[in-house]
Amino acid sequence: MKDSIPNLAQNKPRVNLNIGKYGLLVALLVLCTALTIITPKFLTLPNIMIILTQVTINALLAFGVTFVIITGGIDLSVGSVVAVTSVVTATFARADNYPLVVPLALGLLVGLAFGSLNGLAITKGKVPAFIVTLGTMTIGRGLALILSKGRPISNLSDSFNYIGSGNLLGIPLPILILIVVFIICTLLLRKTIMGRYVYAVGGNEQAARASGINVNQVKLFVYTLGGGLAALAGIILTSRISTGQPNVGIGFELSAIAAAIIGGTSTSGGVGTITGTLLGALLIGVISNSLDLLNVSSYYQQVVMGLIIIGAVLLDSLNKNKRN
Amino acid sequence: MSQKQNYILEVQNLSKNFSGVKALDQVQLKIREGEVHALMGENGAGKSTLMKILAGMLTPDSGEIVFEGTPLHSHRDLKILSAGIAMIHQEMLLVPELTVAQNIFLGKEIRRGKTWWLDDRSLNQKATELLAQVGIALDARTLMKNLSVAEMQMVEIVKAISKNAKIIIMDEPTSAISDKEVKSLFNIIADLKARGVAIIYISHKMDEIFQIADTITVLRDGKYIQTKPAAELNQDSLISLMVGRELDTMFPEHTEAKGNVLLSVQGLGRQGKFSDINFEVSAGEVLGIAGLMGAGRTEIARAIYGLDAIDTGNIFIRGQKATIKSPQDAIKNRIGYVSEDRKAVGLVLGMSVKENITLASIKKHKRGLFVDDASERTAVANMIEALRIKTPHPDQPVKNLSGGNQQKVVIAKVLLSSPEIIILDEPTRGIDVGAKFEIYKLVKDLAAQGMAVIMISSELPEILGMSDRILIMAEGKQTAILRKTEATQEIIMQYAMPQ
Repeated sequence: MKDSIPNLAQNKPRVNLNIGKYGLLVALLVLCTALTIITPKFLTLPNIMIILTQVTINALLAFGVTFVIITGGIDLSVGSVVAVTSVVTATFARADNYPLVVPLALGLLVGLAFGSLNGLAITKGKVPAFIVTLGTMTIGRGLALILSKGRPISNLSDSFNYIGSGNLLGIPLPILILIVVFIICTLLLRKTIMGRYVYAVGGNEQAARASGINVNQVKLFVYTLGGGLAALAGIILTSRISTGQPNVGIGFELSAIAAAIIGGTSTSGGVGTITGTLLGALLIGVISNSLDLLNVSSYYQQVVMGLIIIGAVLLDSLNKNKRN
Repeated sequence: MSQKQNYILEVQNLSKNFSGVKALDQVQLKIREGEVHALMGENGAGKSTLMKILAGMLTPDSGEIVFEGTPLHSHRDLKILSAGIAMIHQEMLLVPELTVAQNIFLGKEIRRGKTWWLDDRSLNQKATELLAQVGIALDARTLMKNLSVAEMQMVEIVKAISKNAKIIIMDEPTSAISDKEVKSLFNIIADLKARGVAIIYISHKMDEIFQIADTITVLRDGKYIQTKPAAELNQDSLISLMVGRELDTMFPEHTEAKGNVLLSVQGLGRQGKFSDINFEVSAGEVLGIAGLMGAGRTEIARAIYGLDAIDTGNIFIRGQKATIKSPQDAIKNRIGYVSEDRKAVGLVLGMSVKENITLASIKKHKRGLFVDDASERTAVANMIEALRIKTPHPDQPVKNLSGGNQQKVVIAKVLLSSPEIIILDEPTRGIDVGAKFEIYKLVKDLAAQGMAVIMISSELPEILGMSDRILIMAEGKQTAILRKTEATQEIIMQYAMPQ
């Protein structure tokens, strides 16, 4: 019996045959291969960069949403947070009035404030997340319009514009930011105590509470993180289009939720990975890019996107049923 | 009654694997018309798997099933089973917001002729008839959510009868109902037998088995062991068939070595749940809490552990007044709580054995910003060995473990949070004899190590065998605290009965 202890501690063939995750990777590769054959425009460096830059915004939002959904919650406000951030950041990023740090800090602060507001209303106020974030989604949109008086804010400083358009060693900055955030979020979720708690709260909130986990603190954390990541996405987007736009980000929350769900995050909580979400966001990005390349109208694109969301979840649940 | 030799159900050589693990290995089971057939075995023996196959919820890998003379071969044939066999689940499958009648006829609603309109009047009428037939005094129009657990179970049984089920499977039907209700359940079972309905009865309570079973089939480790008339067995011989060895004494040797008072409560009360509770527990002592369902025992435990708020009274830890508003506070005060409901409160079923075991103590395994994987795994491996948790691997999802092993995982989790006062709420509910014995031994060991143990249990032999002192509750009030030597089952019951 004694001899088996080191064995138990060392062997760790993680029995984590996440079919959904690999299935997604395979689907993505198949799709890319097919597109390369169909249209020569697909596999070109500029096009790849376009896809990745577009994916960046959605992926950042989706990472935050993934944390929230794993705890069993939902966040509908991220699209509006992008808009408020965009307006606030642009207001302070005009014509070199303030050092670059000011618009960035204020933008992030707005996002964190929205996120913690969501978190507080959900934990202290015991209002369902769907309702709270539906409310803050509307509030955010309204604030963005009020602060900007409904007009886009342009004429932003060059240093600010560099964030969205500059590059390092030939790689656009937004993509680098995405990679860094991806690594941080993955480590956070998989390797830290907070990450463990996020899964526990979503898996069984009562058991988490009985184990001495401060459930409210965990929830507050994920919504605040979601708000912060939405602000980051808002800053990058504002910089890329060189304008503060109160109307930006409409429907972004849905694409973000879609990426998380396609990536295997379960809406009933307790299940999900950042890698899966990234793959989900990439799949959405590649599909919408390919529909562009193939000159499919954007109206049809929405229908296709909806079908893919349902299809992904359907496949996953069929898989699960088979395994049971 | 055993003259009826015709079997309604014959199962031969049935096997079922779950990802390489043999849950059932060449099992057989023969059920006669109108008999109560007890299916016995430790947890993990394969009872649940077998029952799920019979109820049509799982498909076997191989084997023969003959139901009412018809051999069932294909997947489609097995549908016949779910039509003829009804299962009364441990977890009730009823809709709380619908009435008794609506639940009974759920999925077979009565319509007005061929239209899509519901015929509520005949629905209620038919339900009332069925209830009367079985002798259950319930209004068919009561909402399900207003019923007691026992009443819900009765509704499940009526539902099974309404389906014309030939066999009704009852899985631990008495685990959550009072003695009086058990009596009426047994009357209903007798009535069902008289109509030729066979009952497959699963329970860990030995006295019940010998009270009502005609035939007993024993499984062990997924294998068929034996089928015998109940009259040819007694408790000892049955237990040794189940565990494959002799259990000399159920309750471990008692050692009384009392230390300082670790926990005392004074005038503890919670609106509508319990009031004026006073007791103390010392290091090395086991305080049993006895009482009927709903007497407020679990509520006291939850309040001490900070899961529910208290309205009046004080909690003292080692003589110091303590404020416990959350489980975090309780853990800080070195209190541990093993809930009666391990699936809802004890475990995160989707997480691994390892993650569950360290859930309450993961902060002790920190290296910089991250979880220290090596130290976490060592702690988990030690617990798995110390409590003899049977799991193929620490990364196994905890939901794949048997009830007894799941319970050990919960206990391991609580122990790793280093409690000095541990509250065990129905620690042996729904677990098998062998695991029960291990848990008794563990509880005694914990007390011997100087912990103050509070054990809530509905099983009187367990309370008597384990406790140094026994607190008895009735209707939210404490009616007595007895020393072990003063207590018998009868005395406890007298204090536990509502006045």
